[in-house]
Amino acid sequence: MDGFAYPNEVQIGWGLIVVLYPFTTGLIAGAFIVSALYYVFNVESLRPLARFSLVTALAFVIVAPLPLLVHLGQPERAVEIFVTPHFTSAMAMFGYIWLFYMAILMIQTWLVFRKDIVTYAITATGLKRRIYSAMALGVYDVSAKSLAIDRRLVKVLGAIGIPSAWILFHGYSGFIFGSVKANPWWSTPLMPIIFLFSAVVSGMALLIILYVAAMGVQRKPLNHDALRSLASWLAGFLAVNVTIEALEVATMMYMQEESWDTVRSLITERLAVSYLGIQLVLGSALPLLALWVVALVRLPQRAATLLSSAGALLTLVGVFAMRWNVVIGGQILSKSLRGFLSYTPEIGGREGILAALLLMALPFELFALITYFIPPWREAPVESSGIQLELNMVEPEFPRPA
Amino acid sequence: MAGDEGKGTGLDRRSFLKLAGGILGSAGVYAVLINVKGTAVLDIASGQAAGDYDPNEHYWGFVVNSHNCIGCGKCVVACKQENRVPQRDDCNRTWIERYHLTEDGRVLVDSPQSGINGFVGKPYLKPGEPEPIIDKAFFVPKLCNQCDNAPCIQVCPVSATYKTKDGIILVDQERCIGCRYCIMTCPYGARYLVPADADRSPTGNTSVADKCTWCYHRITKGRLPACVEACPVGARVFGDLNDPESPVRKIMRETRVAVLKPDLGTKPKCYYVGLEEGVR
Repeated sequence: MDGFAYPNEVQIGWGLIVVLYPFTTGLIAGAFIVSALYYVFNVESLRPLARFSLVTALAFVIVAPLPLLVHLGQPERAVEIFVTPHFTSAMAMFGYIWLFYMAILMIQTWLVFRKDIVTYAITATGLKRRIYSAMALGVYDVSAKSLAIDRRLVKVLGAIGIPSAWILFHGYSGFIFGSVKANPWWSTPLMPIIFLFSAVVSGMALLIILYVAAMGVQRKPLNHDALRSLASWLAGFLAVNVTIEALEVATMMYMQEESWDTVRSLITERLAVSYLGIQLVLGSALPLLALWVVALVRLPQRAATLLSSAGALLTLVGVFAMRWNVVIGGQILSKSLRGFLSYTPEIGGREGILAALLLMALPFELFALITYFIPPWREAPVESSGIQLELNMVEPEFPRPA
Repeated sequence: MAGDEGKGTGLDRRSFLKLAGGILGSAGVYAVLINVKGTAVLDIASGQAAGDYDPNEHYWGFVVNSHNCIGCGKCVVACKQENRVPQRDDCNRTWIERYHLTEDGRVLVDSPQSGINGFVGKPYLKPGEPEPIIDKAFFVPKLCNQCDNAPCIQVCPVSATYKTKDGIILVDQERCIGCRYCIMTCPYGARYLVPADADRSPTGNTSVADKCTWCYHRITKGRLPACVEACPVGARVFGDLNDPESPVRKIMRETRVAVLKPDLGTKPKCYYVGLEEGVR
């Protein structure tokens, strides 16, 4: 402790695991918007990544509440949020929004992969056949007409999902912090927007890295054009994100309210490394430069992909630092505005570094499991047992309204 | 494409979506019903628990007279003992802050061990810092303000924190899930989490939020909060805001009082006499 803090503030209630929560859930946002850019907004250049991004979003949304559950003092009472929610609490809505979001992603994934699932269910044998038959949910109609309806449903679900589930889910975690009037570092109406945009950029960055890595593991050729398109979208969203984040601090600096001296000391001294160094320079300025070069300069394909990957990696580091600076920064600043506390995560324990790594690994394991059953990068084998299927490499093309 | 109507025996897409929608819908209705029931339970907990005490007849208030406080720490001792507050520096239902205003315009604040052992020695100084010339010094006891517009109630996701009819904010520690949102949102640092390895706990629950109740178990039996009873100099005064003759109302009539952080709109019911500007 440096200076004065209220005695109870020595407890840092929201530690590393709570930093992890907005980070891992934020990754869903980027993956979901990339799938929506293709399925809803018909961005043709992202078609090779559409199925991939949908599966990524699904893997992350399923495990989204786990960090919160691990963090709760009484995790066995967590169900109370669902059955007896207190409607004035921003946190109480979490359960419903999450369920809604997950439902949209699950139904979308099922509809998009239905043709694959049906094909596998018919061609596979033994246990696998049973699993695929269960996944088909008894619907084996893969006629062109039926698939066109699927495709339309995916579009409608995406169009519903963006204003409702997507904005609510990622905006709400920002609102949780932004609405804490006791804390000058959190309290700003910009916070939900900052969280939404940082979520989008982190998710897009993850997609780039995950796609390059997965294609490497699968020994499949990279689609450099799709990657470049994604990197350009990321460059745009990152520019908006950095602008809003800068606007927040610039406004505080300009308004010079009572709390400014403390906030300035927080970001220039206490968080000098993680805010100025990692979030601003390493995680914002450098990737912005790299990605804009990819977007604007015609580089050789491999160079562009390399630069995109580097920019994506730095973006992820920057967004993680941003989560840390918000969650931890807001707590090491005393609400008395007269001093600072300190926080170092422990190694072991329920909220330690090992637990965080384990939680971070889970969605990737889930991703591996899901893609084992429905690989987004592989066409289902064309079978010969009665029903003839037309299968495309990545995303089947369907007639859509003009 | 061949085999257009090759529909399976199970659900078609439409019935599946219908079924899923139905399940989600009923879960929502159930949640609303349970919530209504939950409110009724809270009334019982707040009102009829203490014999013939009628919470509708009272609205409690607290006055802290900063001029009187000598920083002896007896209130903190009494509170920890009365309420089985964990014997740790980071678990406090009440504490005392010491302010030193220096000649060169600095405000030095400290609260060693929350003031439980009184105050000895110098104010908090950085190593090597010259000893300041002190213009003014005073103590400020702190406790839960029992805000009329309490942010902690607003943010609790499961209604574990609630307000009684006589104006006290309580935590149902059998219901609290330990999310710590209320601790983050309290502008006064009045709340803490009972640590999992605490030596003792007010209700026997650990990993739940806790804070001062103005000794609700005592005041509903016609007694004073433990800290008020323990204070040797009358720095802490407790009474009924409904009663014009109560000691609290009397002080508020006779002298000027202020509340902490009024700009946050929390409407505290803890009034300070002799509150210096800069005390937060």
